[in-house]
Amino acid sequence: MHRFSHAGRRAAHLTMFTCLLSCVTAIAPRPVAAQGAITSNAFNPALSLILDGKYTNYSRDPRDYQISGVLLGEEAGLPSRGLSLGETELAASANVDDKFYGQVTLSISDNDEKTDLNVEEAFVQTTTLPQGLTARAGKFLSDIGYQNSKHSHTWDFADQPLVYRALLGEQFGDTGVQLKWVAPTALFVELGGEAFRGSEFPASGAGHDGVGAYTAFAHLGGDVGDTHSWRAGVSYLDTDAVNRESTLPSDDIVAFTGQSRVWIADAIWKWADHGNPKTRNFVLQGEYLRRKESGNLATRLATAAYDGTQSGFYVQGVYQFMPRWRAGVRYDRLSADNTVGPLPIATPLSDDRDPSRVTAMVDFSNSEFSRLRLQLADDRSRARSDRQLILQYVFSLGAHGAHQF
Amino acid sequence: MQKIYFLMLLGIVFNVPANAALRIFSCEPEWAALAKEIGNDKVDVTSATTPDQDVHYIQARPSLIAQMRRADLVVCTGADLEVGWLPVLLRQGGNAKVQPGQDGFFDASSAVQLLEVPTSVDRSMGDVHPYGNPHLQLDPHNIAKVAAALAARMEKLDAADASLFQQRSTDFLLRWNQAIDKWTQDGAGLKGMQIVTHHRSYVYLDHWLGLEEIGSLEPKPGIEPTTGHLAQLLDQVKNKHVKAIVRSSYQDSRASDWLSSRTGIKAIVLPHTAGSVPEAKDLFAMFDVIIARLNEANK
Repeated sequence: MHRFSHAGRRAAHLTMFTCLLSCVTAIAPRPVAAQGAITSNAFNPALSLILDGKYTNYSRDPRDYQISGVLLGEEAGLPSRGLSLGETELAASANVDDKFYGQVTLSISDNDEKTDLNVEEAFVQTTTLPQGLTARAGKFLSDIGYQNSKHSHTWDFADQPLVYRALLGEQFGDTGVQLKWVAPTALFVELGGEAFRGSEFPASGAGHDGVGAYTAFAHLGGDVGDTHSWRAGVSYLDTDAVNRESTLPSDDIVAFTGQSRVWIADAIWKWADHGNPKTRNFVLQGEYLRRKESGNLATRLATAAYDGTQSGFYVQGVYQFMPRWRAGVRYDRLSADNTVGPLPIATPLSDDRDPSRVTAMVDFSNSEFSRLRLQLADDRSRARSDRQLILQYVFSLGAHGAHQF
Repeated sequence: MQKIYFLMLLGIVFNVPANAALRIFSCEPEWAALAKEIGNDKVDVTSATTPDQDVHYIQARPSLIAQMRRADLVVCTGADLEVGWLPVLLRQGGNAKVQPGQDGFFDASSAVQLLEVPTSVDRSMGDVHPYGNPHLQLDPHNIAKVAAALAARMEKLDAADASLFQQRSTDFLLRWNQAIDKWTQDGAGLKGMQIVTHHRSYVYLDHWLGLEEIGSLEPKPGIEPTTGHLAQLLDQVKNKHVKAIVRSSYQDSRASDWLSSRTGIKAIVLPHTAGSVPEAKDLFAMFDVIIARLNEANK
């Protein structure tokens, strides 16, 4: 992700300020035009702001965080201890004209040292291609897997599954193009492929003249009666990394150059009481990811050959037992088989143990627009267990959110 | 043999229709029932929702995306009722014919005058709809207006069956208007009847029959009933002559039952769409049941 230079950061602050001002004006209580009246802002995009804040407590120092068997991307890790602001998200979307739709999601993260403004998504997509085709261009979260394309405010837990954190750097998104096709069948069949710049983890360095990552995915889905629905899929990600840096807890930097390929199998099954998820519903979700990397690792003083296979899965169940209240549990497990040549520093790649994590959460949503969550986890990513507590709020202001499956 | 497989594949890829029926994706069962009245066997109608579901809270399920992909005509209430999921289905379905602005997209709310259009909106008011109250199907006059507009749209999309659609819609409207006269007559005694409702989804019924809504079980639209609010409502209804606590089939019965047990006021389920109670199998029966149950409670 971009790190702003000092001047750039000041500019970003300024833009953010003006933006926030105008956005707040746009979503404050406002008069609705009487039927037939046309106002100058009638064509404004749908704007929404996501407010996310946390209190976290860990039994171990989050700055030492690493996962045995993998080198983490710079985005991956734990939120800082104590009170912190998560990602404040500003999203705008609208139809561009009769043939295109556009969407922008900016995320603002603020921590002790700096404020970062990131373009999480900024893409346009077609609405009128024939034969069930949809094309997209810009920056966006890839449609591989199930959890990957979900924005953080829609997650069922306060953090990503361990396998996503370890193998995809929390989640994979980049600048690129996408083509999707939905089959004209009663069974939901969606096939798609993407080509990306290749600058985001697990790719890096925008190899091959800036077209350095490719994906392909297939999703199937449907209903069983009025109360059950499901989706399952397989996905593949093929990337090249050029000097992909990982900072170890010792502050040493290891850079990977080589090929990284990820396979994903995902499945989700949902049940709703009388088909009406508002009262009671249950969601069972699981994904398996496997990544193969081969190339070499460079430290300041040496370079060594590296071949690694890392895999893992998570399975989670979330039950809404009465309106507004949900409870869920999640189990994560990873394993790795790495061959690394001699390096002068120790890396987590040579840790010969299988990380795992057990998470439990309960959340309360006063309305569709507010959610308060308590999450407890026993995280065995490192040699000793880390007990984690997260209290979180996620509020959304402005336009109505999308009810994604 | 290989040739047959190839042709089958071509059929799948290029969506060769199995029959020529107009394929209609309806957001709600009432519009599915109406489209069936007009199109009979010349339409293939699916409803995205069932009467047991709260239409506000539908997810863009894979099965709905698949239905959207194959539709020739999308018929929805509009007025932001389906704002959480219909735009997602339209974006993911990859179907150019049914995008808003095309002939394949029909918005029922555009055919009627909406009530309760707020002068200002803010989320502190709950899940309010800035374009007005979207539960417009509970005034039979609105059904008639939507029927005429929908029939015209279906005639435009399927020229081969246009005369049939015209004939059937004329016949439907004739029978419907006679039925409205009967319901209005049978419901004449309901004018001024005081009711409490679960959600603000009966304003068109109130408007038509002259019912007086004293309060809602929901403290704010879309916010589930709370004990504090129900206690307040209990005080509020004590000095009134409330005859019925009204809810729809998809709404939780506990709040209604609680208030009913403390006040002796009858809690009743009114059909809000075709098929929502066993007796209300079509649109005619739906209003028959509404009038009968209100009259029963008003005795």
